[in-house]
Amino acid sequence: MLRLGLGTAAAVALLVLPFWVPSAWQNLLITTFYYAYLGQAWNILGGYAGQLSLGHAAFFAIGAYTSAILATQYAISPWLGMFAGAALAAILSLGIGYLGFRFGLRGFYFILLTLAVAEICRLIALHLPLLGGYTGLFINYTPNPWQFQFQGKIPYYFIALGFLAAGSGIVWLIQRSKLGAYLVAIREDEDASEALGVDTFRYKMIAYALSASLTALGGTFYAYYQYYLQPNTVLHINHSVDIMIRPIVGGAGTILGPVLGSFLLELLGEFSRTYFAGGMAGLSVVIYGVLLIIVVLFLPRGVYPTLAHLMRRRRPGRAA
Amino acid sequence: MILLRVTGVSKAFGGLRAVRRVSFDLAEGEMLGLIGPNGAGKTTLFHLVSGFLRPDEGIVTYAGESLVGLRPHDVCQRGMVRTFQIARPFLRLTVLENVVVGALERVAHRREAVAIAEEMLELTGLADRAGSMGHSLTLPDRKRLELARALATRPRVLLLDEVMAGLNPTETGRLIDLIRAIHGRGITILLIEHVMKAVMALSQRILVLNYGEVIAQGSPEEVVRDPKVIEAYLGEDSAGAEAGADFGIISGGQCCG
Repeated sequence: MLRLGLGTAAAVALLVLPFWVPSAWQNLLITTFYYAYLGQAWNILGGYAGQLSLGHAAFFAIGAYTSAILATQYAISPWLGMFAGAALAAILSLGIGYLGFRFGLRGFYFILLTLAVAEICRLIALHLPLLGGYTGLFINYTPNPWQFQFQGKIPYYFIALGFLAAGSGIVWLIQRSKLGAYLVAIREDEDASEALGVDTFRYKMIAYALSASLTALGGTFYAYYQYYLQPNTVLHINHSVDIMIRPIVGGAGTILGPVLGSFLLELLGEFSRTYFAGGMAGLSVVIYGVLLIIVVLFLPRGVYPTLAHLMRRRRPGRAA
Repeated sequence: MILLRVTGVSKAFGGLRAVRRVSFDLAEGEMLGLIGPNGAGKTTLFHLVSGFLRPDEGIVTYAGESLVGLRPHDVCQRGMVRTFQIARPFLRLTVLENVVVGALERVAHRREAVAIAEEMLELTGLADRAGSMGHSLTLPDRKRLELARALATRPRVLLLDEVMAGLNPTETGRLIDLIRAIHGRGITILLIEHVMKAVMALSQRILVLNYGEVIAQGSPEEVVRDPKVIEAYLGEDSAGAEAGADFGIISGGQCCG
């Protein structure tokens, strides 16, 4: 009952929130939801299946550029183009996955592979005239919802919230299914999983394709929220880190981890920008980094698992 | 009926010939013990049979079908499952979830898998630990979890790699009873074992491996009296003196494995 009540209250709060917070806060919330969504997508591969990807910017950019090019050059609505982007991202992920998993790359070596592919994509994008090269790709603003373009921030707020809800729903379904059980088993011990009949190659490929295509859908949102795509922003390693850091801080392999992580990091970022931006250049970034280190140092499994553990301990009789 | 047939199987790691032209049959319903000194190639043979390694030469067939080139999950799907010498529970999953992973091999839905898992925990005496995390288990419980997980895949053949290693005599006795019960359910068992008390108590037939080769096979009584076996275990000098003696010196021995 308590959970139901809390859930309803939270849902109502989320629905009315954008109407009475200032525009800067709307932006903060949109970014929070949208990174939580990307974190959720990353979480399928990184958190559940335990295959850390430091190259998700590549899938993100494929989604962003595909829907933008299809809309600007071929007049295909981004609402459709986003699925073309998701399909392309899935194809790339299956290519990387085939190479990596078939040859048994694990741990650091898989991370390096994903990083290298994203860097290759960045270099290609910088030199491809179709994508605008160094100058970047501008999208003309024509406030037409069919073109994924809206006036004001409130529509974006609800779309970002919708993405997050849908992404979390998908992860929830995965968690309750055979797929989820197998992914977690692979993360815990790949050989033991194989011995128990888990086709580890196949399930890692499924996780990768799902994760990549959901990330690409998020790329479309970004393209039509920013109206500008530049390879050194969307395809930079920093962006891959942005995608993975939230679920890691919040608790990888948990459904609430990416959400909590995203709220926490956006607030930390906002806090350090507001209070430390005036003085020395870059101080706010240093403070952000220090706060991040503190979180990771004291909550190595992430915020959510630590919180859940504390909650369980406070309730006697339910101690694990 | 012969369920598992190994014919002339060899495997070398660089210059080390770990398994050399090993052949044996495992009949349905049999309990076959595989023994040999450390480094004799027992675990390598398990890897070859279960799909973790591909033999350099030779054939492995299961129920008449060749297993060469199949991966471990294919072998498991066909009905032959292995455990690991060093128990490998999924540390951050509950005991029940560990077994559910095995059960999902046969059923698609979690609810059915949970039912199978609970039955296997009951059988292996882990029911009261169902909610504990894998990492919190003691060694004997980890061994039982390996068994429960493997059984949840509903195997016809169970390959046990030193399930007794590191257990004290009481625990060993209990595990012997459990393995007998599993065998009583009609599951064919091939077990690698260092603890002679367990091998002697369980095996209907024993295969002895030394330096990658089969040096003896037969009933437990025959094998322990075989001079070649005694020599392999105790060294050449003792061979004459100890021939005919039983394995008193190493029976119940807790070998490091």
